[in-house]
Amino acid sequence: MARVLVGVKRVIDYAVKIRVKPDKSGVVTDGVKHSMNPFDEIAVEEAVRMKEKKIASEVIAVSCGPAQSQEVLRTALAMGVDKGIHVEVSGPEYETLQPIHVSKILAKIAQNEKIDVIIVGKQAIDDDCNQTAQMTAGVLDWPQGTFASKIEKGDKDITITREVDGGLEVIKCKLPAVLSADLRLNEPRYATLPNIMKAKKKPIQKLTPKDLGVDVSPRIKIISVEDPPTRQAGQIVPDVDNLISKLKEAGHC
Amino acid sequence: MLSRRFLSKLLSPNGAKNFKRSLAIGSKIPELTKDRYPVRRGEFAILNKEHLQFFTDLLGTQRVVTDPAECESYNIDWIRSVRGYSTCILKPKTTEEVSKILSFCNDHRIAVCPQGGNTGLVGGSVPVFDEVVLNTALMNQIYDINDTSGVLICQAGCVLENLDTALAERGLMMPLDLGAKGSCHLGGNVSTNAGGLRLLRYGNLHGSVLGLEAVKADGQIVDLLSTLKKDNTGFHLKHLFIGSEGALGIVTKIAIQCPAKPKAVNLAFLGLNSFENILKVLTQAKRDLGEVLASCEMIDESTLEVCTDNLKLKSPISNFPFYMLIETHGSNNEHDQEKLNGFLEDVMGNGLVLDGTVTNEPSKMKNIWDLRERITEGFIQDGYVFKYDVSLPIENFYSLVPEMRQRLANDEEVVRISGYGHLGDGNVHFQVSCRQFSQNILNKIEPFVYEFTSKLRGSISAEHGIGFRKPKYVHYSKSAESIVIMKQLKEMFDPNGILNPYKVIPN
Ligand SMILES: Cc1cc2nc3c(=O)[nH]c(=O)nc-3n(C[C@H](O)[C@H](O)[C@H](O)COP(=O)(O)OP(=O)(O)OC[C@H]3O[C@@H](n4cnc5c(N)ncnc54)[C@H](O)[C@@H]3O)c2cc1C
Ligand SMILES: Cc1cc2nc3c(=O)[nH]c(=O)nc-3n(C[C@H](O)[C@H](O)[C@H](O)COP(=O)(O)OP(=O)(O)OC[C@H]3O[C@@H](n4cnc5c(N)ncnc54)[C@H](O)[C@@H]3O)c2cc1C
Repeated sequence: MARVLVGVKRVIDYAVKIRVKPDKSGVVTDGVKHSMNPFDEIAVEEAVRMKEKKIASEVIAVSCGPAQSQEVLRTALAMGVDKGIHVEVSGPEYETLQPIHVSKILAKIAQNEKIDVIIVGKQAIDDDCNQTAQMTAGVLDWPQGTFASKIEKGDKDITITREVDGGLEVIKCKLPAVLSADLRLNEPRYATLPNIMKAKKKPIQKLTPKDLGVDVSPRIKIISVEDPPTRQAGQIVPDVDNLISKLKEAGHC
Repeated sequence: MLSRRFLSKLLSPNGAKNFKRSLAIGSKIPELTKDRYPVRRGEFAILNKEHLQFFTDLLGTQRVVTDPAECESYNIDWIRSVRGYSTCILKPKTTEEVSKILSFCNDHRIAVCPQGGNTGLVGGSVPVFDEVVLNTALMNQIYDINDTSGVLICQAGCVLENLDTALAERGLMMPLDLGAKGSCHLGGNVSTNAGGLRLLRYGNLHGSVLGLEAVKADGQIVDLLSTLKKDNTGFHLKHLFIGSEGALGIVTKIAIQCPAKPKAVNLAFLGLNSFENILKVLTQAKRDLGEVLASCEMIDESTLEVCTDNLKLKSPISNFPFYMLIETHGSNNEHDQEKLNGFLEDVMGNGLVLDGTVTNEPSKMKNIWDLRERITEGFIQDGYVFKYDVSLPIENFYSLVPEMRQRLANDEEVVRISGYGHLGDGNVHFQVSCRQFSQNILNKIEPFVYEFTSKLRGSISAEHGIGFRKPKYVHYSKSAESIVIMKQLKEMFDPNGILNPYKVIPN
């Protein structure tokens, strides 16, 4: 049976309106509701299903971030993950934490925990990087199966159906491997009350990047964070003729 | 952030949207009200060229809709239970325009149907015959939001959800919330005295509406737009317009008291075995959650299926005979969570609640609320729905459902008999859905439902109003004397009876 590691990132909830800080150094996060990155929820669901099907022996979730990251770890535990690892990164260090750092952290933990399969979300909905799975595979020199919409584990290998432009691609790779979850992989469950209660007793191990020997010094500098341009107000035209002449005026036809 | 926008669509395809128009189009069109129901057109003028000329002179051609295809959606109600055949929809922008329209209609005996978001559930918001529709959609100005007092002043046609969004920017919230928020207008809410999902905590509109402006049938503008919390000068006339469903005048402006937007919101969705246990959990919720309790709703198994089967929404837990939604609003999440978790552990521990989930993530809360808020929409897919909205003593809250299941046990036309509603307020929504309208079923439900409710000293209309569907049943909940006074008031405010004829006031 496989040992599975999933990455869970705490992001601003997708139902919340994003606000840019007045000094343009980032987005407002104080007092803003966060939740688990939706693609990571899909990764957790997949790992928990593997455990339920007795394909996986243990599922460990990792979150890198400030103290509140433990909230998403608790959610993962309540969904059925066995153990959480919180790698504490906070303050300015967290603002410049990037997939390059996270992938090294995940790689190191994967080695320490003798992991066979790493599953992460295909991207986080805050920075939209879509790099962590690929970089982790690179650091570990493991095969990668990204944008998975179906995962079937064999004895020594794993078959992944990937969503690619214009269709699906089916690949098979050797274990250990790094996978990333796409939207249609599964529909994550809600954490139910009995499991939420049980999750309170499950362990969360606390680590720092230093414990893992990972250097998280910044590789980027944030110069400016800007709002997307506001959509110009529309105009109502009385009829089709008028519409066409307006479009012509504006050079659209 | 493309993916965020993409996600909110994909992960929550049921987001707040204006589904009103799309509903009327492309699905079955109800029979004309004049043909389905025994009702006679009043002695009102038939609209002629001169009348239309007056309207277009006043509003321009854009704001006078006469195209039959376009008129259709204004003639059919949201649940497609009634249909009028108005050929003229007016869209004023100002109180003065409303006043001129009414004064003209009053002089020429033209009947008028006031209409907001047209989400009303008792057939009040669409014409019965060919009444001119006065739609408030373009009366959508917000005049002021006062951060200190929390008072919002706006026009009657503002969409409830848009107001909530504008208030959120200022740390405030509308005191009411309902499933129709993406379409209904505040003027419509006030005119129906809408209750909704947080009435338990924030009270009803008779309390939160501080003042309003209305136009009487003769065009006279009545300025009652006080913004004061306390104003005991003379009679409290605003209350006459709250809940009078367009029978006494058209509400044009509203001042409403808005509470602070809660910093902490938590939502639990619970599965239970029996209605007795629901009552026990309600009692315990009031006791244990105290001042943070904001909503307490219940849904029975058959009702939830309209969401899971008809609308393909996902339930967080497996099937149970009953479900409850309990929401808390507070200012400190740690405090609220501690209370809520203690309560939940208790009701799980003593076996009252069998399963459930709890969350404070906005996206998950929204998905869970959809299971409650989209019920009305889900029922439409059953075919035709007979919908009742009654208040009953809390012990009898669910009694209509088993009673009616027995009564209609052998009727194959029936798809579903079920109940859900505002448990905390003792207000149950009871419905019988059929594949199509059936006079036979209707005869078996009415007046039985009303007699049953009246015997228990309940109300035959808890929050949806009387509209077209219920005037002849008002007497089940109101004394003869109070009906006489209602008629006298109508006579005084609208002597020619041009406002919402055939509705609200019993014959
Ligand atoms: C999905 C759904 C959920 C709902 N949930 C609830 C709920 O939880 N609680 C509840 O109480 N109701 C609920 N309702 C019904 C409720 O009455 C309406 O949604 C809402 O209050 C009506 O607002 P509206 O703007 O759509 O008014 P309309 O439907 O347009 O009109 C309703 C009545 O008011 C009159 N009217 C409208 N505007 C004015 C005005 N400016 N001046 C004078 N008269 C006017 C109309 O003539 C009509 O008689 C729900 C409806 C739907 C479709
Ligand atoms: C020390 C003191 C403190 C007060 N503090 C407040 C305060 O904090 N807030 C506040 O709002 N008021 C306050 N008041 C004034 C307040 O209006 C009265 O105290 C109280 O509400 C009146 O009740 P009452 O039974 O004494 O009525 P009365 O003084 O007897 O009557 C008041 C009016 O109501 C009419 N009335 C009385 N009973 C009836 C009835 N059954 N049906 C129809 N009409 C009736 C009377 O004709 C009269 O017009 C205070 C008064 C005092 C002396």
